[in-house]
Amino acid sequence: MRNAILCTFAIGGIISAIALSCQPNVSIQTAQYAVNGQKLYQSHCQNCHGAKGEGLGALYPPLTDTTYQRENRRQLACIVKYGLDEPVEIHGKTYDGTMPGVPQLSNIEIAYILTYVTTTFGASTNSFTQEEVQADLKSCN
Amino acid sequence: MISNKTTYLFFLMLAALLSACTEKNSKKLPIIGEREAVEKLVDGKTVVDTVYHQIPNFTFLNQDSTLITDKDFESKVYVANFFFTHCPSICPTMQRNLLKVYEKYKGNEKVAFLSHSIDFKYDSPSVLKSYATKLGVDNAQWQFVTGSKKDIYGIAEKYLVYTKEDAAAPGGYDHQGYLVLIDQQKRIRGAYDGTNDEQVAQLFTDLEILLRESL
Repeated sequence: MRNAILCTFAIGGIISAIALSCQPNVSIQTAQYAVNGQKLYQSHCQNCHGAKGEGLGALYPPLTDTTYQRENRRQLACIVKYGLDEPVEIHGKTYDGTMPGVPQLSNIEIAYILTYVTTTFGASTNSFTQEEVQADLKSCN
Repeated sequence: MISNKTTYLFFLMLAALLSACTEKNSKKLPIIGEREAVEKLVDGKTVVDTVYHQIPNFTFLNQDSTLITDKDFESKVYVANFFFTHCPSICPTMQRNLLKVYEKYKGNEKVAFLSHSIDFKYDSPSVLKSYATKLGVDNAQWQFVTGSKKDIYGIAEKYLVYTKEDAAAPGGYDHQGYLVLIDQQKRIRGAYDGTNDEQVAQLFTDLEILLRESL
């Protein structure tokens, strides 16, 4: 009888371990935002930054610098919406081209894109929220 | 009777197999563009010859501020396209894909690349040089050229690529992202959408066929 109980626990443990390992380490909302963000990324960003966020030579920077993303998280919404007109250092290399912004994007769309980029190419597990984007956009240069 | 049938079947299969092989080896690319039949006199006899569409002579200023001409592409297979350096739409993807072809054939003197800028106002040789270097092009095998609007847009037509100055288009110019494959006789042998992965893969295949064709 004791063995049977142990066995049940063991099997239950294995099943839940398998079930848990299948779960991504991000919340449902983050996953949803990332899926929506992927479509927007493809139409607004992928041409230059590439399907894997790899960038292109020294022309367009990759979007895989997790340190940059963490340190500049509050500026990312401004860059997507209004572009970037100053040199930027990514993975220790300087990129000095001008990035055009996409001013027609809504706050929620920017949240989708940033969630996709920072969780797929970067190491972030948090989504950007609409409110966060709205607050960040108030302090653009 | 049965053995006869089997033998017959065997030879049929063998023949099919052989013809399949020869077909593969002798595969040729089509010659694209208008053509006309002309009569000429060879050894006192009148023969009919086909004249194919060819890229005419050209002279353009390249990224090193030197003039290059069609002579620089003589007896080479080359891939031509039309772009501009601050193009926000299809160019980055097209150039990213052409860069893969360039990297594969880097150092192969039989293969060259020619990118024409359609932004004759902004893309001066120094701008083109900076762009080429940043893209990762560090030898003369891939030329980036500029010229007068008339010359560049005129030659685009000869490559069967649509180009137009259009204020309504992203970046101010409208154009097609074709990678055009030209053979040693300046004839168009293929055109591939540089933003479509499948067509770019086809370019890789066809370039090999074209190089083998000329052996």
